[in-house]
Amino acid sequence: MDLKAITKTARDTIKKYNRDHSQIIAILQDIQGVYNYLPKEALSVISEEMDVPLSRVYEIATFYNSFSLKPRGKHMIEICAGTACHVQGAANILDRFERELGIKRGETTQDGLFTLEEVRCLGCCSLAAVVRLDGNIYPFVKQDDIPRILKKYKKQEVK
Amino acid sequence: MGRIRTLKDLDLAAKKGLETLFPKKTKIMVGTATSGIAAGALEVYEELKRECEKRKLDIHLSKTGSMGMDSLEPLVEVIEPGKPRLAYGKVTKDKVSPLIDQVVSGSIDGLKPAYRIDDEDDLIRQEKITYGKKIEAKLKGIPKINELPFYKKQLRIALRNCGTIDPENIYEYIARGGYYSLYRALSSMTPEQIIDEVTISGLRGRGGGGFPTGRKWLSCRKAHGDIKYVICNGDEGDPGAYMDRSLMEGDPHSIIEGMVIGAFAIGAHEGFIYVRNEYPLAVANLQKAVEQARELGLLGDDIFKSGFSFDIKIVRGAGAFVCGESTALMTSIEGKAGEPRAKYIHTVEQGIWNRPSNLNNVETWANVPVIIARGGKWFANIGAKNSTGTKVFSLVGKINNVGLVEVPMGITLKEIIYDIGGGIPEGKSFKAVQTGGPSGGCIPADLIDLPVDFDSLWEAGSMMGSGGMIVMDDRTCMVDIARYFFDFLVSESCGKCVPCREGVYQMYEILHDICHGRGKKGDIELLESMGKSIADGSLCALGGSAPNPVLSTIRYFRKEYEAHINKKKCPAGVCRALIKYSILADKCTGCGVCAKRCPVECISGERKKVHIIDQGKCIKCGTCKEVCKFDAIIVE
Repeated sequence: MDLKAITKTARDTIKKYNRDHSQIIAILQDIQGVYNYLPKEALSVISEEMDVPLSRVYEIATFYNSFSLKPRGKHMIEICAGTACHVQGAANILDRFERELGIKRGETTQDGLFTLEEVRCLGCCSLAAVVRLDGNIYPFVKQDDIPRILKKYKKQEVK
Repeated sequence: MGRIRTLKDLDLAAKKGLETLFPKKTKIMVGTATSGIAAGALEVYEELKRECEKRKLDIHLSKTGSMGMDSLEPLVEVIEPGKPRLAYGKVTKDKVSPLIDQVVSGSIDGLKPAYRIDDEDDLIRQEKITYGKKIEAKLKGIPKINELPFYKKQLRIALRNCGTIDPENIYEYIARGGYYSLYRALSSMTPEQIIDEVTISGLRGRGGGGFPTGRKWLSCRKAHGDIKYVICNGDEGDPGAYMDRSLMEGDPHSIIEGMVIGAFAIGAHEGFIYVRNEYPLAVANLQKAVEQARELGLLGDDIFKSGFSFDIKIVRGAGAFVCGESTALMTSIEGKAGEPRAKYIHTVEQGIWNRPSNLNNVETWANVPVIIARGGKWFANIGAKNSTGTKVFSLVGKINNVGLVEVPMGITLKEIIYDIGGGIPEGKSFKAVQTGGPSGGCIPADLIDLPVDFDSLWEAGSMMGSGGMIVMDDRTCMVDIARYFFDFLVSESCGKCVPCREGVYQMYEILHDICHGRGKKGDIELLESMGKSIADGSLCALGGSAPNPVLSTIRYFRKEYEAHINKKKCPAGVCRALIKYSILADKCTGCGVCAKRCPVECISGERKKVHIIDQGKCIKCGTCKEVCKFDAIIVE
């Protein structure tokens, strides 16, 4: 990845928030919004520009679940692990995704297409079990639907 | 329109709101909260727009929040001037054109409305809104909304505007009496009078703790310091709960108005709304609402010429359950890792940046404008003795009518689950209901007559929590549920204090072992004693209440634990290591669907002959049971 571009993005974001220390979480969110993960270089820029120890920035980046220090795949699959979804078999759904993609939760497929993550309740409990794919909610998911859902995205890639 | 500074200005804004709330032409509303969108509401809205343009129809289209009955999504409501409001459920894209045909011709023969609303009470303005006086004969067969079992026992105070107004239009909120309570508070009440009114109302914190709101406000008002803050906790982290999401998405101004009133009473000039990162639509709608309120001068300097100034900042969370805890949330607003701290000094005295900070939950704030409009006494008369008012619950899990329900407190579990929820699907039997999220517990079927209020739930070993109610049937394993919550808590414990960080992890390991057939004699007693130590020794409420899911399930379902440990059996058929799928020879038709869909190809058999499962290869995922149309697959 282009180091210069990352540095510039980080600097611009810091400026946007007036170097305000209470806004570090928002700054990280914005940077992740651009790259889908937090590049190591961006953390160093924040540390230097804002005069915060790198360990502090790292602490925040690892404390909150929504941040990722590893690059993520093109498509983000989030399996809701809320109670309502669990009762409707979310654990089996996660297993099936792992099996179909050949990765474990938190990992990305080798072709960089899919990242599989478990998320703590999407608040769509009345539609359980729920899966979110690139921000779109799939309601009432059954294990047997999964190969079809994945096929749709894989097909798009071929095109 | 410019700034609203007087009552006259407010009346003008209300008039403007009425023009779109009850236009002089046909209006069609689509519920576009997250649950509606997931069911396809946005495509329905676009299709409606296209269809109206194509046919050159002069129809007012509008987006609203959720009416709560999620099983009807996508929900489309039609209001024609002088006629009852008609709600059509499950209107998918392909039903848009026939629906428009019906609206144009005035018929209701094709798509049947799910319910009609002839009139409703405007809680704040205290008047009846009449949609249609004369009810045509053909509409008589359609149930009125309050005749539906789902709505019959509901009283929508916090959710008063959800599903009726366009959340992105501040004028519609004002037309429903919005910001009138704020005007009243700023123009004719002293801060003390406001706090008195809230105290009289008996309002208790809706986030779960149930702390009296009036008392909290008074302590924060009395706390020393020039700069004080008010905070709205919108970090709805309890899995299985989404009432705050619905409110933030469907009626953001009710929260903002409540906060301005609270800030005036406390003496704060800055406020924060901390919203979960998982709720993008809530963030967007709140952001828009704050901007609109600012534009009209309802936030900012010198609100209603009272000299009082107040503004709100939206802070997005970043996915940490512990940040729903007040001290952790405040640390997170400061821009740090959200670790809680001990509460020797209360946050009302030293919260954000060690300044007095008053935090209330979304639903609590949304109740405030109604209390100011109707008075504390009116509110105190609703609900139960020590739990006044209503509470919103998300009724989900193994239940027929899923959705959000707002009921007076003191109502029994039975009324919620059977009368409103319509009982358990597929003729299964009710086993337990989980309330209070990871801090709560499971209440068994024999306590079905328990009144739902803060104190009764606590005595039953659970808690109100933010209002999630997950209904479980006989196919839900209680040991697995306890293990599930501990899996959750292990990853969400912030790691600051040892009892929670290490204790919860050890309890998880024991539960994990029990579910995998490695349970030992004495495990139950060990879990009980560890649970007590963790509850006593933890710093914050997360650890303090963490053992509840285990302790409550042991208390009510001890036999199920014993079956796992002693007999190595999972009676509910959930724990994979202890179950076995097999095919009933007399029911199997040999259709071969299970064999085709099995992900590990462990089912074999000739066409039209009984199939068989290779137990050695079976991964016990249950796909075969899911796809079998003849109930030929059993789990034991």
